[in-house]
Amino acid sequence: MKDVCALARIGGSTDNRQVPGGRCHRDVDEGHGMRDVLLVAAVFLACTVEAVEALTIVLAVGMSRGWRSALQGVGAGLLSLAVLVAALGPALTLIPLDVLRLVVGGLLLVFGLGWLRKAILRASGFKALHDEGAIYARQLAAAQAAGRTQRALVGDWYAFTLSFKGVLLEGLEVAFIVITFGSNQHNIPLAALGAAIGVLLVAAAGVAVRGPLARVPENTLKFAVGVLLTSFGAFWGAEGAGASWPGADAALLGVITVVLATALMLTALLHRLRGRPLPPVSPARAAEVA
Amino acid sequence: MATSTGRLRAFGAFWWDFIVGDDWRIAAGVVAAFVVTAVLAHNDIAAWWVIPLAALGMLAASLAQVVRTTRRQ
Repeated sequence: MKDVCALARIGGSTDNRQVPGGRCHRDVDEGHGMRDVLLVAAVFLACTVEAVEALTIVLAVGMSRGWRSALQGVGAGLLSLAVLVAALGPALTLIPLDVLRLVVGGLLLVFGLGWLRKAILRASGFKALHDEGAIYARQLAAAQAAGRTQRALVGDWYAFTLSFKGVLLEGLEVAFIVITFGSNQHNIPLAALGAAIGVLLVAAAGVAVRGPLARVPENTLKFAVGVLLTSFGAFWGAEGAGASWPGADAALLGVITVVLATALMLTALLHRLRGRPLPPVSPARAAEVA
Repeated sequence: MATSTGRLRAFGAFWWDFIVGDDWRIAAGVVAAFVVTAVLAHNDIAAWWVIPLAALGMLAASLAQVVRTTRRQ
């Protein structure tokens, strides 16, 4: 193995401790800086998409049945997600790094390919786009028709459970992304910060608009998240399985580029096969978001 | 008894859908790609390319399956 830290010492580097993999501490820190930015971006985008979907449910419940029980449900849902992250996050950091990367890489890869698959099918017209306006109208009609029962401290059990489920189910995948990304980077607070910014931004937009956020380019965001999760999953998974990347951490950018290019190519191909003039994920926009 | 079995089944179905998603072959392919990578790396053969290649190949295959099914309908 080449002693790259010795080369760094010749070059005058002051932080030249060697870490596993034959890299200098300084190289690893620089790689972490880039990965931290991508970590926040991925969690923020994933959280924004899921928060938009949860907001549609909560708005329909709150507008039709009152806000007290709906907000109690939101609070209970967010608390459950926070407990999940707080409990599982530190537990995952106790797992050896290679095993963690294998498991986390596998999960991220499966999640990422799932997001990417759906986003490509929607962008090419093989699957209907998520219509927040239509979903809101359906939820509103169902909430208006349902009966009202009181349980313990909750005045309207239907409103509470619907909001709770909406927040918990939409947030569960984000919680897993926060836990897996955060534990792998040894920075769960940073991942949680990205998620919190996404939730606050969507909540503020929801309060301002007082309606479902139908204009958010959900599919483009899902496409970008799919690209990032797939790339991180492949990168960490390969490291966890024992492979070494040429160029170490810099290879991650190469993986993102290849995944993005392939996904755009597949979108264009399917779009042509479908024969519909509807590209919600334009190559320029997707590249900009990813 | 029937209710608890139903709940257990629903619980399992939820986690299956949450982790595996719409196409189980993608999850199976990811596991297979990890095994191939581990075997190659264990034998000192460069294996970094296996997982990205397999992932993108599985994505393309899964999308092709949807196209075929849609065209048949």
